[in-house]
Amino acid sequence: MLKKNRFWFRSALLAILVVAVGYTIYNSMNEESGTYISKGDTAPNFVLTDLNGKQVELEDYRGKGVFLNFWGTWCKPCEREMPYMQRQYEKYKDQGVEILAVNVSETNVSVKNFVDRYRMSFPVPMDKQREVTKAYGIGPIPTTILIDKNGKVVERTSESLSEKKIISFMEKIKP
Amino acid sequence: MMQTITCECGHSNPYGTSLCQACGKPLKQDVEILSSMRYEGSARRSQTYKQTLVDKIWNFFSSVKVGVWLIVIILVAAAIGTIFPQETFIPPNVDPATHYESEYGTLGLIYYLLGFHNLYGSWWFILLLGMLGLSIIIASLDRGIPLYKALKTQRVTRHDQFMKNQRLFSKSSDVELDEIKYTLESLRYKVREENGNLFAEKGRFSRWGAYVNHVGLIIFLTGAMLRFFPGMYVDDILWVREGEKASIPGTSSEEGQYYLENNDFILEMYDKEEKKFNSALSSVDGEVAKNYQSNVTLYKTKENHTIGAEPELEKVKSGEIRVNEPFKFDSFALYQTDFKLNEFYKMSFELEEKATGNKFGKLTVDLHDPKKEYDLGDGYKVKIEEYFPNFVLNDQNQPSTVNNLPDNPAFVFSMYSPKTPEGEKAFVGIQKNIDSGENQFKMTFAGIETKDLTALTVRKDHTLWIIALGGIIFMIGVTQGLYWNYRRIWIKQNAGEVWAAAHTNKNWYGLKKDVEFLSDKTNLTPLEEKETASK
Amino acid sequence: MAEISSTLLYSAFIIYLFSTLFFAMSISDKKGKDAVHTKKWGKIGFISSCVGFAAQLGYFITRWMASGHAPVSNLFEFTTFFGMMMVLAFIILYIIYRTNGLGVFAMPIAVLVIAYASMFPRDISPLIPALQSDWLKIHVTTAALGEGILAISFVSGLIYLIRTVDQTVSSKKTLWLEIILYSLIAVVGFIFVSIGFKGVGYETTFEMMDDNNQAVKVVYDMPAIAGPSNGEQLDDSFGPLFRTPSWMNGVDASIKLNTFIWSLLAGAALYGLLRLILRKRIAAALQTKVKMKPDLLDEISYRAVAIGFPIFTLGALIFAMIWAQQAWSRFWGWDPKEVWALITFLFYAAFLHLRLSRGWHGEKSAWLCVLGFWIITFNLIAVNLVLVGLHSYA
Repeated sequence: MLKKNRFWFRSALLAILVVAVGYTIYNSMNEESGTYISKGDTAPNFVLTDLNGKQVELEDYRGKGVFLNFWGTWCKPCEREMPYMQRQYEKYKDQGVEILAVNVSETNVSVKNFVDRYRMSFPVPMDKQREVTKAYGIGPIPTTILIDKNGKVVERTSESLSEKKIISFMEKIKP
Repeated sequence: MMQTITCECGHSNPYGTSLCQACGKPLKQDVEILSSMRYEGSARRSQTYKQTLVDKIWNFFSSVKVGVWLIVIILVAAAIGTIFPQETFIPPNVDPATHYESEYGTLGLIYYLLGFHNLYGSWWFILLLGMLGLSIIIASLDRGIPLYKALKTQRVTRHDQFMKNQRLFSKSSDVELDEIKYTLESLRYKVREENGNLFAEKGRFSRWGAYVNHVGLIIFLTGAMLRFFPGMYVDDILWVREGEKASIPGTSSEEGQYYLENNDFILEMYDKEEKKFNSALSSVDGEVAKNYQSNVTLYKTKENHTIGAEPELEKVKSGEIRVNEPFKFDSFALYQTDFKLNEFYKMSFELEEKATGNKFGKLTVDLHDPKKEYDLGDGYKVKIEEYFPNFVLNDQNQPSTVNNLPDNPAFVFSMYSPKTPEGEKAFVGIQKNIDSGENQFKMTFAGIETKDLTALTVRKDHTLWIIALGGIIFMIGVTQGLYWNYRRIWIKQNAGEVWAAAHTNKNWYGLKKDVEFLSDKTNLTPLEEKETASK
Repeated sequence: MAEISSTLLYSAFIIYLFSTLFFAMSISDKKGKDAVHTKKWGKIGFISSCVGFAAQLGYFITRWMASGHAPVSNLFEFTTFFGMMMVLAFIILYIIYRTNGLGVFAMPIAVLVIAYASMFPRDISPLIPALQSDWLKIHVTTAALGEGILAISFVSGLIYLIRTVDQTVSSKKTLWLEIILYSLIAVVGFIFVSIGFKGVGYETTFEMMDDNNQAVKVVYDMPAIAGPSNGEQLDDSFGPLFRTPSWMNGVDASIKLNTFIWSLLAGAALYGLLRLILRKRIAAALQTKVKMKPDLLDEISYRAVAIGFPIFTLGALIFAMIWAQQAWSRFWGWDPKEVWALITFLFYAAFLHLRLSRGWHGEKSAWLCVLGFWIITFNLIAVNLVLVGLHSYA
């Protein structure tokens, strides 16, 4: 009787500690995941004016998959992935996937030149005050967040994306 | 099944006990009484049974030897982490993969490859701390509980062998027991009497000090662990230009979002002429900072504010933030962390005819939001074709920008005039004004406006009270355990003789003074010390 | 006020020297009138150390009045304060244990600490914003008191080793003991060479490129054995024998290394001289003078840890964390100074466990006390001078 009690007490205590330490290590490895918008969270709504002066609100895209990209004209990896994004956008926009390429705190003049150069046809919301950037806890750019048709985040990455990767992302959030 | 050992005094002890809890008689052969006294000869639970894997793990962490090894390993690891700066202390814009090698050579490279540049956040360091926590919990449970039981059940009358083997011991005859009792009580001992024998003890609570401080440490470590749980901790940085408002990261909720306005950033230096610091200040090259301060106003939006939407702000309060004096609201605090003086804000130019020097209007460019076109009237206008906030020539020798901060602004302007309706292009930057050479007009620099920025750390830490509680309990425990001592004196009538023995877990000097006082005041033979005791 | 202050510090220094002398008199062996003699000189020694302490307290208060902040804000001020806390710790332990022999070692080591402190710039300097807090005085004084008491455990442990290590044969133990004594002598060497070269006004200048590739002048006040990692000597004084490795950081790294080498050399010279005079190991020579009971020494060194450890924890970790939370927004940031305070804490925690639970008494415990003091001095000196971190302004 006593022996059994002891076994369970000890096992339970060890298990609790292993879980606690394991969880701590897991969280410390993915420091971003704890504090900011990450996989599984509902993507917070935002409203920004795009380059053409149109109001873009995230909630309006419910029911569609949203490829939310944060970028800047001066960032080389961002520049590299733009043509891929444009090409895949043309393929997937009719299948219910939208790209929102949020520009991080730049001027209309610079961004307009860039958009013209790469013939980008998806909306480019201008986050001049970095409000959305801060709320989403964006560190390095480019950062891409995939949002499914229910408004849930299914992926977050700060990698520079290959075209293949973009295709797989598009497939993932296609409604 | 649980075995017990019944001592000749009638007390039944748990299996594994080496000294009877009640009378102190050795229950096994070859028991070293003095060293067994550390834990009252009680059975350390872990050493009793060795069966399952769980028991084996338990036993492993129960050992003080293992605990000390863990302390030593953590100590060495912590020291290794200070050989070269950790990743958090190297300049923010360098790649650690190359930085360590270029700064510290091969050793630096090895340091980096072993992951020592992020030692304190590495999985194995956290695991070591976790194991130390485990060791503290198990070792304390294994020793604290039996010790508590043993001290609670101890009797006044002790076994002869127990008495004889104490470090301080004497035999006397013809002693007045009441006198001894009285003297001991005057030394503030708690004295119990049983069949003409005495047991005096003082400061028993100090024996719990070790366990109390271990509880404090566990609470502290728990607090440190909770840091990694979502929602407990916010650590962010907020840059705000003078005169502007910015949302405070991490403060968004359904009740609204906080905004902060930077009314003024103040930087004060010590006056070199000030007499008392004169000699110290004249020996340094630059100036010495006296104060970094931001005067701020806190605002909050209405409920259900949508991120990015024009905020409807209500003022909450104003305040000053200095180093050492954070600004607090709700569970947040803002700390003065950094600043940037004189960031370019607006630049002015004049359109000038090269030949005559005549000027045809002035334009002011907001470097954070330049307009596409500036109409100067009378058919004169200037267009911005390209804008590089932080100009640099890239690898392909093309003009580009390092980032989006206007630290080195440059423009490609198109200038239009009635004389040149087709427009003339010119590249204008700081101390640069380049055109094809055939332009009739040029842009002349006509002044600059700057703004200061303040950088504030935004912090929320819901673990602080747990950490503080752990710290307080630790200090109480460690004081209780180290500033007080548990002293015990036994007096036993034994066939016409009176035996006296004394024990303490530490500070023998103090105990000796007590027993000297006792033998001075009474007829008790002075207690003698065993020579080998401390070796 | 500033002048009164430095006079008081100077007086304290002299009085401490005399106090050492009196304590030495008390243990000098004159057969026959032992007890009376010892008691008399011990008493004089003790009183003089109290008077010295009072004088240094006077220095501390007047300097505080002169500067407007607690004088614990730079290396000179902090190190003198540490010396003062060592004296205070000695006084406390003397009151408990009445042992003159402790004074013979504790007082000169405190003197050495204060002399070492005076080699740093002694100007009254203004407080940078990060230091403008009440926690400066609370944190630094408490930590220094804790360290001072722990230093006494080193002194007592050292005497224990001198008293008990077998000097009839040469062994690892005798070698280490000599190394410890040599390192104390090297501090004396450092003071001698510093004063010596300053006295003759020696100076040699290098021009080197700093981290930002700017040409800077590096002025040595001792002949350059270790030159800067790059650059040229501008005068034709004694040239550098080798260059400082470039991974040693900062413009002053080569000067510090050079000074360190000079201190070791001067220490070696002094040590050699002493060996020549004594014709035996220094510890062996001291052993004949030390008559204290090993048990008592063991008790004192342990008691000093028991008293010092909670104070050190309170000052160097807990108060430090409270202040760090207020000034830097986080109570813990793995800054080298913080880490070394933690290492000190862990070390003495291990010491207490080994002692209380595994019975490490006597010699083992004494060696640990010596090692503990090495960690403390490393944190006081090397972390500020060598490792880079937030505390490097101090």
